[in-house]
Amino acid sequence: MSDSAPSGESKTRMPHFDIKIMGPAIALVLLCILGYVLNPAFVSEGNITNLLTRSSFIGIIAVGATFVITAGGIDLSVGSMAAVIAGIMIIVMNSAVGTFGTGVTTVLIGAGCSVILGLGAGWINGFLTTKGKIEAFIVTLGTMGIYRSLVTYFADGGTLSLDFAIRGTYRPIYYDSFAGLPVPVWMFILVSAVGWILLNRTAFGRYCMAIGSNEAVAKYSAINVDRIKTMTYVIQGLCVSLATIIYVPRLGSASSSTGVLWELEAIAAVIIGGTVLKGGYGRVGGTILGALILTTIGNILNFTDLISNYLNGTMQGLIIIIAVWLQRGEWGRSKRIKKAE
Amino acid sequence: MQGQSDSVPILAADRISKSFGSVPVLFSVSFDIRGGEVHALIGENGAGKSTLMKILSGIHEPTSGSIRLDGRNVDLPPNGQAEALGIVLIHQELNLAEQLTVEENFFLGRELTRNGLLDRAKMSTSVREHLQAIGLDISPDDRISDLSIAEKQMVEIVKAISRNARVLIMDEPTAVLTEAETALLFKQIERLKQQGVAIVFVSHKLAEVKAIADQITILRDGQLIATKPAQELTPDAMAQMMVGRELSDLFPPLIEPDIDAERVLQVQGLFAKGVHNISFELRQGEILGFAGLVGAGRTAVFEAICGISQMDGGDVRLKGQPVHFSSVAAARDAGMVYLTKDRKEKGLLLKQQMGINLTLLSLPKFVRHHLLNARQERDALERAIRRFDIRVRDHGVLAGDMSGGNQQKLLLAKVMEADPAIVIIDEPTRGIDVGTKQQIYHFIAALATEGVSIVLISSEMPEMIGMCHRVAVMREGRITGILTGDDINENEIVRYAAGLKKAGDDERLSA
Repeated sequence: MSDSAPSGESKTRMPHFDIKIMGPAIALVLLCILGYVLNPAFVSEGNITNLLTRSSFIGIIAVGATFVITAGGIDLSVGSMAAVIAGIMIIVMNSAVGTFGTGVTTVLIGAGCSVILGLGAGWINGFLTTKGKIEAFIVTLGTMGIYRSLVTYFADGGTLSLDFAIRGTYRPIYYDSFAGLPVPVWMFILVSAVGWILLNRTAFGRYCMAIGSNEAVAKYSAINVDRIKTMTYVIQGLCVSLATIIYVPRLGSASSSTGVLWELEAIAAVIIGGTVLKGGYGRVGGTILGALILTTIGNILNFTDLISNYLNGTMQGLIIIIAVWLQRGEWGRSKRIKKAE
Repeated sequence: MQGQSDSVPILAADRISKSFGSVPVLFSVSFDIRGGEVHALIGENGAGKSTLMKILSGIHEPTSGSIRLDGRNVDLPPNGQAEALGIVLIHQELNLAEQLTVEENFFLGRELTRNGLLDRAKMSTSVREHLQAIGLDISPDDRISDLSIAEKQMVEIVKAISRNARVLIMDEPTAVLTEAETALLFKQIERLKQQGVAIVFVSHKLAEVKAIADQITILRDGQLIATKPAQELTPDAMAQMMVGRELSDLFPPLIEPDIDAERVLQVQGLFAKGVHNISFELRQGEILGFAGLVGAGRTAVFEAICGISQMDGGDVRLKGQPVHFSSVAAARDAGMVYLTKDRKEKGLLLKQQMGINLTLLSLPKFVRHHLLNARQERDALERAIRRFDIRVRDHGVLAGDMSGGNQQKLLLAKVMEADPAIVIIDEPTRGIDVGTKQQIYHFIAALATEGVSIVLISSEMPEMIGMCHRVAVMREGRITGILTGDDINENEIVRYAAGLKKAGDDERLSA
């Protein structure tokens, strides 16, 4: 089939509706309309704020996952990583209360500890995949199991609780607002903005896309493939640690069930947002929408009796499958072919 | 054709022509093969050997002409189903499941069963018999991945025989074999001949062809040059017949570089994987050719120098300064870049736009205050499109949707964006139409006149002769000769490349 001749109809010239870019935004708008129709309280200020805050955890982690996936990797360990970081943070802060009191210092020590752990855990994933030459799926499946069991071990099978004396100092990080928006939302916005610039406006982001597209080409184009790939896991680790910092004050505890299935929600948010799972093409903006879509579904189910809240997972699963199916562009293409006939 | 044997040929191609799209690659070629005969097929790259092989094995359909099997006209079925008719093509990339055993590979897709279960005993016995018949010391239980390449090749051949192959078509079976392994293969080929199997043997190694073949057919530019009994041809005569082409004005006039020009690159005693003791020099503004057969180690030399692969030893000097590049970035920063021959796998991101591909190698140049300068990138693309005459409908086109010629121009532009002082250009015209070829030759010549030093690796003889000031010929990881002036001709290059001549046979290497 010589495709050179009929390409005269120039598919790019036509302002062809691109489902890959507009799809997630449209889906979110439709969901919001649906939510409003089912229950006008959906658009109340309280609910919107709540929805945005809930989205922040998965959203921040998913921004990190966007880098990993764009560069052709995958990180399954983020949920367990968040749990173990939360656990260690709580242990460290509880023991710091004796020396440093219940002030900001202790919280900063906890946060610093979280960041160091996140960077370290990300680096380990990156090092094992690049220098260890083990597939990312296997490495992070392994670390996922390790972190999950570690948090269970630290909590001795139960729950690690943050010292009540420190909770008062730490609480505002989750519950307070700044200029009308809760702190976690500001964190989400900040991470998203930095992530967007990093992916779209720096050489690093370009290199991530190049590596995800074709590692051999990247190598021949003077890109330090191992370093860039490791960096994506380190960024992922940092995002997990930031998410954990805002998550801990919410419940003030960590257990073996903390962060369960977050990895899947994060990956789902990335994929719904239009990033290609095989790598080479990433969209931070899409990821943000993806995280909002996932949270909105759960929120709507909470608000109505139409479908049981227990079917939240079903709805999310359906959305993911539909999103990827639309991305394939299969139906777009078959339609175009039909039109040509 | 020679009427030397009175039997009817098992397989005969009669006045076969083949075009791909509007590009003709074979012109009325006739070829036949009899039982118990080894018929060698030789010719330069692009002469049409693979096309002919693929037509003989049914993979391609001829545009005109006919195929006769046992004297009767047949249409060979596609997709290797010609195996059922006894015609087996053995690819260079072997067609074995690496993780399975010899026995499992033998019976893949036609396993013997009893009561719905595999009859392992029977299959094992059958395989063992076949292996013994050909004198192969391999157990049916050996895993393919544990075998040497020669053994794998033998397994493939024996497997073909076990399926009653009457015609074996071997595509450069010795390209990856050592001399000892080649000897083993030849012994087996002799046995097959005695069993009445017809063998088509494609090789670039003329001495081997002379040793094993009964008949030799020479192709050049898709034309049948001659079919002759092997005893009537010397390797030299073969080389001459393969070659013998006038060079047109495809190439720009060659401007000699200044004899006293600075020696920008000096390599002394370089060792790397597949590369032994390589020494050469490159002057400013010079085009130095690297000729040789596929797999002679030319690419490996420069991948080692440019930091793409490991260098095991040797001294590399850039403008007199010793250097050792541990990364492609280091080489690039020092002004030396390598343009890959594999533009689809290693050169371009096929699913990305032109602009992203263009600046990828030189991206640090486009960073201002840690951010990419989109405007500067756009300007670079405009400039590259004009300078290299890249013809695309719009600038957002994906690299993978561009024609081969435009891809090659984009790749050239990408490499030149790094402002190198030394460029290594590997097979710049592979799979490209003549018009674009000519443009690319002129770009390369213009770069040299601007003072860029160029290493041109190519398997196309005319390129070596038309473009290069000097030509180093490699064979099996070593430089066998460095040719200058009138010595740069096809006969000389083929002789050095095929191992018929070594440096020192008539004169010392030029100092």
